[in-house]
Amino acid sequence: MVDQCVFSTTATAAATATATTTATASAVLFPPEGCRVEEQFAGQIGPSEANEVVPIMSVQSTSGSIVEQFQTNADIEVDPEDVHERVTTLIDEYQVPEGEARRSVVSHLLDEHEIDRDAFYAQSGSDGNDLVGCGDIEAPEQWVDLEAEVIQLWEPKSDSIAQVGLLADDTGRIKFVSWAASNLPELEEGEAYALSNVVSDKYDGKFSVKLNKTTNIERLDEEIDTADGSESFTSEGALVKIKPGSGLIKRCPEEDCSRVLNDGRCSEHGQVEGEFDMRIKAALDNGQEVESVIFDAEATEAVTGWSLDEATSAAMDALDTTIVAEEFRSQLVGRYFEIEGPEVGEYHLVDEVEESSPDVACEADAARLLDEHFDAEMD
Amino acid sequence: MSSSANSGSDGRSNRQPAKRAFAAEFEDASETFQDGDDERSPKFTVLPTGANANRVFVVGTLTETKDVAKGSDSEYWQARVVDRTGTFFVYAGQYQSEAMAVLRSMEAPEYVAVVGKPRSYETDDGDMRVSLTPESVTSVDQATRDRWVVETADQTLDRIEAMETGEGEAGEQARDAYPEANMSEYSQEVKVALAQVARDESKGEGEGE
Repeated sequence: MVDQCVFSTTATAAATATATTTATASAVLFPPEGCRVEEQFAGQIGPSEANEVVPIMSVQSTSGSIVEQFQTNADIEVDPEDVHERVTTLIDEYQVPEGEARRSVVSHLLDEHEIDRDAFYAQSGSDGNDLVGCGDIEAPEQWVDLEAEVIQLWEPKSDSIAQVGLLADDTGRIKFVSWAASNLPELEEGEAYALSNVVSDKYDGKFSVKLNKTTNIERLDEEIDTADGSESFTSEGALVKIKPGSGLIKRCPEEDCSRVLNDGRCSEHGQVEGEFDMRIKAALDNGQEVESVIFDAEATEAVTGWSLDEATSAAMDALDTTIVAEEFRSQLVGRYFEIEGPEVGEYHLVDEVEESSPDVACEADAARLLDEHFDAEMD
Repeated sequence: MSSSANSGSDGRSNRQPAKRAFAAEFEDASETFQDGDDERSPKFTVLPTGANANRVFVVGTLTETKDVAKGSDSEYWQARVVDRTGTFFVYAGQYQSEAMAVLRSMEAPEYVAVVGKPRSYETDDGDMRVSLTPESVTSVDQATRDRWVVETADQTLDRIEAMETGEGEAGEQARDAYPEANMSEYSQEVKVALAQVARDESKGEGEGE
């Protein structure tokens, strides 16, 4: 963990081109080109003001790993004593957090040896970061490596984003963003990659990872087990609404598209001869919370008893596809279901579905509630 | 309580949950408020046991449907949906055409599930009445009715308990709106409702269809 944090700050320094100096320990903090580290901090953080206690060990390990990093990435021998002194000054004397200290020293050394930053950091990654699971990322601004499958790509909402989607491995899933400015190769849905040097981020309480120009992308041949990553879970409630876009739908037949057609039109490919599919988008409500759930064709058949063929021919007979959704509505709305499946995007995907509690259980539950709450009054 | 408007279109929407309450409590829930200044801000009904309901989910026995429109060129359907504790009055007009079509075709008695919005209005005599404007009306079986009774009992008892310890979601609002409300009465209604389902255990098939 220590290595990981330490590395993070150095790489951020490279990613951020301009220098900012701020006195607070948590803010972005590294010296402008050619500036002496000591001058930067002098008078800004006095030793007496800082209350963070940094153990001596970290000075040694930080210094050691900096020396090592320059050896590995740039094949340059830096003076260990010089590094140690600089790190000691920052950490012990100025009580600068370890990560910041590391960033300062690395930055200084890069300038001193006139090393190209991008090239330097591009060498990092696999041996600089910890390989972590998608579900194990629990802090922002950590530089890590991932081996994961791209299980979903979304339409970026901004031109500054090249790609946005979901990565998954056997520990969980995490959103990723690839910036247009980074010019990275495109990731494909369903493919597994080794991604070195990505940085974690936190927004709205949720973690994500950002790819950047120092990120190294390698396609993996082996399959990534995302079974556990899907984090299948159970929800129970009354199905209180079937939403528009349910029933018999048509999808775009273009390769890798499968968008749902609107009046026979695909938003990407225009007027196309669609292919029938069946799904139900619904609201599952337990009285306290409402969840959006989605049944694919298989789950729809399991819960309605209608196969895609039956639905298609019923619609053909009626010359109207909406009768399918209407049938589903009258069958399902108002009934209680227990569903199981992973969360995909904003939906709880239904892999398994069962109508909840046969009346036997209800009778027992009723008796139990009576017993618990009214026992004293019943005698 | 969420203060966001119920405008969520897709996915993890801001859709308001449908609260569960027995008819005896719902009939008393005349106090309403709007959460926000916008005309489209969600309206809530204050339930006496301390919850704000923008929407409710009800399962009961449909005992009567009739077109109560005064004019002849439009329809306005009234349905009575009863549980052990009282009656939900459900009204569907031209803006609830789907629910209206269902009510028109249904024949009492039948177990029905209604998802809808509470509305309160004042009668000519100055009494406050609470009705239900349906988003959907569907036919369900007795097991679903039983399930609803148990769930509604559970959630109502939780609310009453929270009221008593002062922790309710909207306890203060409820106390202000209904200073006379007596929690032990609502508690008794829960008992009556539960007894119906628990009794079915020994009787096998219950009453109704």
